[in-house]
Amino acid sequence: MELMPYIVKERPDTGLFNAKLGIWLFLSSEVMLFGALFSAYVLLRTGAPHWPHGSSILNVPIGAFNTVVLIASSVTMVFSWAALKENKFGKFKLNLGLTILLAFVFLIVKAIEYGAKFEHHLYPKTSTFLAIYFTLTALHALHVIGGIVVNGYFWGPGARMWQAEPERFVNRIEIAGIYWHFVDLVWIFLFPTLYLL
Amino acid sequence: MSQAHDIKQEVRKYWKVFVALLILTIVTVAISYLQFGLAVAVMVALSIAMVKGSLVACFFMHLISEKKAIFVLLGFVVFFFLSLMLLIYASYFNLPQGTTYVS
Amino acid sequence: MTHHTPSGHHPSLSQLGFWRKYIFATDHKIIGLQYGITALFFLLFGFCLMLLMRWQLAYPGEPIPFIGKFLGEGRAPGGIMLPEFYNELGAMHGTIMVFLGIVPLVFGAFGNYIVPLQIGAPDMAFPKLNMISYWLFFVGGVVMLVSFFLPGGAASSGWTSYSPLANIASLGQTFWIIGMFFLINSSLLGAINFIATVIQLRAPGMTFMRLPFFVWSQLVTAFLLLLAFPPLEAAAVMQLLDRVAHTSFFLPSGLVVSGEPLQVSGGGSVLLWQHLFWFLGHPEVYVLILPAMGIIAEIIANNIRKPLWGYRSMVYSVVFIGFMSFIVWAHHMYLTGMGTTISAFFQATTMIISIPSVIILTCLFLSLWGGSIRFNVPMLFTLAFLPMFGIGGLTGLPLGLSAPDIYLHDTYYVIAHFHYIVAPGTIFAIFAGIYHWFPKVTGRHLNNLLGHIHFWPSFFMMNCIFIPMFAQGLAGVSRRLYDGGEQYTFAQGVLPLHKMISMCAWILALAQLPFIINLLWSMFNGRKVSSDNPWEATTLEWATPTPPGHGNFVKVPTVHRGPYEYSVPGAAKDFTPQNEE
Repeated sequence: MELMPYIVKERPDTGLFNAKLGIWLFLSSEVMLFGALFSAYVLLRTGAPHWPHGSSILNVPIGAFNTVVLIASSVTMVFSWAALKENKFGKFKLNLGLTILLAFVFLIVKAIEYGAKFEHHLYPKTSTFLAIYFTLTALHALHVIGGIVVNGYFWGPGARMWQAEPERFVNRIEIAGIYWHFVDLVWIFLFPTLYLL
Repeated sequence: MSQAHDIKQEVRKYWKVFVALLILTIVTVAISYLQFGLAVAVMVALSIAMVKGSLVACFFMHLISEKKAIFVLLGFVVFFFLSLMLLIYASYFNLPQGTTYVS
Repeated sequence: MTHHTPSGHHPSLSQLGFWRKYIFATDHKIIGLQYGITALFFLLFGFCLMLLMRWQLAYPGEPIPFIGKFLGEGRAPGGIMLPEFYNELGAMHGTIMVFLGIVPLVFGAFGNYIVPLQIGAPDMAFPKLNMISYWLFFVGGVVMLVSFFLPGGAASSGWTSYSPLANIASLGQTFWIIGMFFLINSSLLGAINFIATVIQLRAPGMTFMRLPFFVWSQLVTAFLLLLAFPPLEAAAVMQLLDRVAHTSFFLPSGLVVSGEPLQVSGGGSVLLWQHLFWFLGHPEVYVLILPAMGIIAEIIANNIRKPLWGYRSMVYSVVFIGFMSFIVWAHHMYLTGMGTTISAFFQATTMIISIPSVIILTCLFLSLWGGSIRFNVPMLFTLAFLPMFGIGGLTGLPLGLSAPDIYLHDTYYVIAHFHYIVAPGTIFAIFAGIYHWFPKVTGRHLNNLLGHIHFWPSFFMMNCIFIPMFAQGLAGVSRRLYDGGEQYTFAQGVLPLHKMISMCAWILALAQLPFIINLLWSMFNGRKVSSDNPWEATTLEWATPTPPGHGNFVKVPTVHRGPYEYSVPGAAKDFTPQNEE
């Protein structure tokens, strides 16, 4: 007995293949991670005598632009999966490439934002608001970098699997996509919380 | 969903979700300029974020057609996240008489 | 398994080199053994830290014999332990025992080795993830050990690392946080793997209500780790930033350290750390005890030769414990000044969670009724576990109510209560598990005589150590004092007990020697097993070859019955394995 079952096909009674369950379990722990930081934000803000309005320190148009960038990258990600389902490998490459590109755009914009803050001598130690802002966005940026690494692998060397085991490769892209959409989803909550409130 | 026709339909759906997300992003930014009180602003901003998040989860992450096991798992997560946040939050508003919260 | 794909194929074990086979192994059994060996080492190391502390408590201010001069001038000038070093020992004893000793043993070692075998799986669902999980654990352990050699020594703010004390502690605390990142991520990956394995890789016919209780306990444990650890990780991120980026997440305004006002922005909350820590901390104690209950249940069923009494209610109880353990955490924080409403809530949930624990313990006790018990070594440890865990659990009830807790919380009573659960509780379960499964792992039995020489002194010494602590705690002796409470007049009556406790602790250490000798000797010279199923057990791990090869089963087992069909009326023998038609 040497074979690992349900790598490609779903297990009949659960309706899931292993990695599908695995990624949702991972995301559950991620929800608790960001959830705990989000709780910390709520409590620090509640306990604070005064708390700055996000837009008085942060640049809302840039934040909104980055939101659009991430949403767009989510769309291209799901298109790349759909392209594989349609058996169009070229279209897959294009869309996944766009996803990675947009992720880089997001990071560059973020870096410019950070740089602008540091120029004005606004550091994590300056205030609790800035501390939680830098912590949440930096942790999110680490997740973006993680996504770039994963997607970059599937765009480059990992794509070879498409020839040998297409079905398994489609699963992998779906899993990578679910992770990437989660990164998008986190930002969808971070943006209004930090910038608009 | 293996047929090309279904996928075409799926892709059309993704376009619609994309447009909806863009509109909601604009709406949430626009509303923030209206200067509501904090409580209202929080409610509005988080409600819109909730809708956007649900759109991403349901359609991009295919949650809408996902299996029962995943929903059970997410149910636990939501419960534990809420108990973490709300119980800590509640403990800040329930202090022994004569004490104050230091920050 | 109908869905064969070439991708699922592992190279057979003989093709792999030494490194892939034993060091960067992906086979769950090798990883289980790696976890076991590493964690046993840490268990011994953490135990030794405590032995040093016991000297200071019994003979405060006297030079430590033999070892004292090797500790260095920075820790114990002239062999006399410094208070700072005592604090390091205390903090690291807790950290190492919990995160590097017991959790990796019950979850990493037993879980990894036994769970896939008991559910009839070829391996864990994600073998490479499993390997990464072990190596993260290993690196985390190394970071913790290295921190002893830093200037200022290892972390010294307790295993709970309360802010703001931990914020202003020496460099060791930063290492503690970094070490914890590795350990947390290791546990998270392990938890994902366990849940996916149990849900996805059960053999045909292995329904949830046919899972051995051990698998259930591991499944619930995995959920606790998965959902409770991330908040601690978040808290650790914030404490790390507090220390290196000088933020003030956990620092309120106006703190004064050594007469100087602390130059930080302030506005943080010290209670936030405690909430986030104990949100992990409480599920964590169930992580320590649930797998132990699982081991105990397996051994009891096997050695009483009859089914467990109330298997279903035990399963429901363990799931309910897992669920409730997330909403009781603030009973560790009554002393922080909580309002009556919130503390009433947490007192209620704490009382509620004790009910399923009592159900499980009652089921195990009732199972013994009318059984023809085999008093072998694993069963001795198991029978000792039951009352010891009972004492630990029942003495916890006063701590769950805020009025008695305010008096007892910072005393030795808490130490005694907690250690009754983990030391003669979980650690006895670990010993029982080792004696029980050793024949499957190595193909040889552990020596029976050495087992008895290990068990009886351990059993007596454990009680001689912890019962006096209840007395000290009830007398009000604080558990954090470097000199054991010498300068307090009210403590004088119970202080001589310190000497007795320390003596017993050192004898307990000697009593572990036969165990270590037994492990090493029996591995090569022990009595060989007569069959693949020497204990005549029913669960699937005994249906594998001994030791199980790569891929575990010769052919995919099909499960036809529940896990504990012993002494079924009308059956040909007194046990019917799960895979027998």
